Amino acid sequence: MSDAGSMRTIRDVLLPGRAGVAAPASGGVSGERAVQRILESHGRMASQIIAILQDLQALRQYLPEAELRLISRELDVPLTRLYAIATFYKAFRLVPRGRHEISLCTGTACHVRGAMRVKDAIEREIKIAAGGTTLDMRFSFETIRCLGCCGQAPVMMVDGELVSRLDHLTVGKALEKYK
Amino acid sequence: MCTDTGCRACDSANVYEAFKREIARERLRRVDVKATGCHGFCEKGALVVIHPRTILYTQVKPLDVPEIVAKTIKKGELVERLLYLDPATGKRVELEGEVPYYRRQMRLILGNNSKIDPADIRDYLALDGYEALRRVLESRKPRGVIDTIRKSGLRGRGGGGFPTGIKWETARKAKGRKRFVICNADEGDPGAFMDRSICEGNPHSVIEGIIIGAYAVGAHEGFIYVRNEYPLAVEALTTALAQARECGLLGSDILGSGFSFDISISRGGGAFVCGESTALMASLEGKPGEPRAKYVHTVKKGLWEQPTVLNNVETWANVPKIILGGPAWYTKIGTGDVSGSPWGGSKGTKIFSLVGKVVNTGLVEVPMGMTLREIIFDIGGGVPKGKRFKAVQTGGPSGGCLPESLLDLPVDFDALTGAGSMMGSGGMIVMDEDTCMVDVAKYFIDFLKDESCGKCLPCREGLRALLEILSRIVEGRGKKGDIRLLEEISEGVAATSLCALGGSAPNPVLTTIRYFRDEYEAHIRRKQCPAGVCKPLLHFSVIPEHCTGCRACFKVCPASCITGKAKEIHVIDETKCIRCGACFDACRFEAIAR
Repeated sequence: MSDAGSMRTIRDVLLPGRAGVAAPASGGVSGERAVQRILESHGRMASQIIAILQDLQALRQYLPEAELRLISRELDVPLTRLYAIATFYKAFRLVPRGRHEISLCTGTACHVRGAMRVKDAIEREIKIAAGGTTLDMRFSFETIRCLGCCGQAPVMMVDGELVSRLDHLTVGKALEKYK
Repeated sequence: MCTDTGCRACDSANVYEAFKREIARERLRRVDVKATGCHGFCEKGALVVIHPRTILYTQVKPLDVPEIVAKTIKKGELVERLLYLDPATGKRVELEGEVPYYRRQMRLILGNNSKIDPADIRDYLALDGYEALRRVLESRKPRGVIDTIRKSGLRGRGGGGFPTGIKWETARKAKGRKRFVICNADEGDPGAFMDRSICEGNPHSVIEGIIIGAYAVGAHEGFIYVRNEYPLAVEALTTALAQARECGLLGSDILGSGFSFDISISRGGGAFVCGESTALMASLEGKPGEPRAKYVHTVKKGLWEQPTVLNNVETWANVPKIILGGPAWYTKIGTGDVSGSPWGGSKGTKIFSLVGKVVNTGLVEVPMGMTLREIIFDIGGGVPKGKRFKAVQTGGPSGGCLPESLLDLPVDFDALTGAGSMMGSGGMIVMDEDTCMVDVAKYFIDFLKDESCGKCLPCREGLRALLEILSRIVEGRGKKGDIRLLEEISEGVAATSLCALGGSAPNPVLTTIRYFRDEYEAHIRRKQCPAGVCKPLLHFSVIPEHCTGCRACFKVCPASCITGKAKEIHVIDETKCIRCGACFDACRFEAIAR
């Protein structure tokens, strides 16, 4: 488990004390145990691979390479296939995320109500382009297509919480409370 | 009261808590607070309806709650300021059903959303829930159920509009070891959220429909494929499935009929193409969601090569209604054969998500055949801020933009297709004079380019080429002949792609060229964006005659490119201007030109 060990160290450096992430306590063992638990809950079926990866990501916020390798071995699914799935579906990420995740909806309703200008304003405020993570790991910012709250357009989700009726003049203020 | 995703964004969770607290404090034993699904009038969230009189309070805040409890609930008095204000008459409207937004609708599917708590099966049972299933299992042969659905003229609400009865019949006749039914809740169209609202607000209506369908085609296993972006829908469906199982409505020997069936939930991974039937099935099998050629339809060889019936959430929710009301009742709603369609018109109601530049945003359920004008102006209240209506986009990214001249078109599967757009899953996005149609076309192609699975070349590379040309046009580098080139590539992509994503992908480009060619020409020839959207074509400057020197623009400019003292005319340094438009919006004297 040297792989898992090194991944953990990197994550610990990048995401110190991140809430919601069950940091492996010692060695890579509990990391492996968590993966095993996920595999068990899906009956170790290769057909459930998407659900398995979703659970792993819910736990880690992204898909660590070491754990993908472990899943590949355990389910006897080639790593290339896991990679294909992880890159095909938008929900999966292969790199760690910031402490706060901003998902700005750029669905059609939000688009016609000025989401692109809100996007520019957010990019100016946190000084990264959509798709990136700030160097201090404070924010990750991405655009997604349609949260299904078109009645309140434009909307964004910050750490799973909806912020509605955004405006490019005030969105900067709305982000100040996230440290 | 509504506690759906949309109203949650309006703090409805806290309003709900406030009600519970207040009612407990006042010891009102005969008052029950229900957290329901979407009522549909999202513009005015958070919504509270007080039964039995159905008094509707809009835009309720937690601080309003003690007053509502003290006045309305205890004394029966109204809280005037929370009632809906009808902009047409300037009067307050008291009851939910009297609000013009609701009055013109026909809420067959959505109606119960405001009455039931989705987390409590007893609420659904109290409103004839699972009665259709009981009748079917007690006294109907599968054949008879299929006949009923076929006679009702129900067509697939996911966009295709294929007759549901024929689909079921084919699947029943097809040979296979097993049969499957699937509910497609992968509502990928941006700007559409009716499926989410049904799943969150009335999950049992969908589940009942699926069980009836499974019985009709002889399936024992079913799946609901839900978008990953809809966590509340997953939660509501999971709870509902568990309750149905507990009540003996799922599992083995349902209601003592000998028929066994169960449903499991699969979460999607955020891929638009997975709304396509073969891609969805690939995804259910744990593969990347790439569509396959449908020489053999999925009703014959679908999931794991077995006969599979896949229907959309709204289609399934229609099934119990049809069983209870009978096909004769159902066919009275909707259009007859208006355009020589092989399927004889569009029956029943359709839910639209009416969003964008419209006064009353939200979910609208109307009988098929209502005109776009009635939906947008009579129900939707028209375009806000006195702006002029420009277009309505129906059918999601695969649909098209229809201009004002087509507003009297009835909404019907075939009429919309005839106009170059489509019904799609029911997104209806209203655009006003401030929306640039070239930008909209670019927006959809950009979306589809990202979502193309990449399997077929025409879709993968064709969309990329379209995007390149559109980007060129909106950046002021459009060339003569670009419009022709767009049309040519569009035709190629549509004709040679495997699945519906590629086949309909050029629709936004083709319809905007067809109906708004002058905007393309303004961008290409005059290098102007008439709507003032395309940034590279904008030039902000101060109109000296209008400027009062109020400093409003100076304060908001993020690039600090505006100079000028108080009460003096301001100047924009165009070399530093990032064209964000903040000054234009901040100015109250129309002193900024763009």
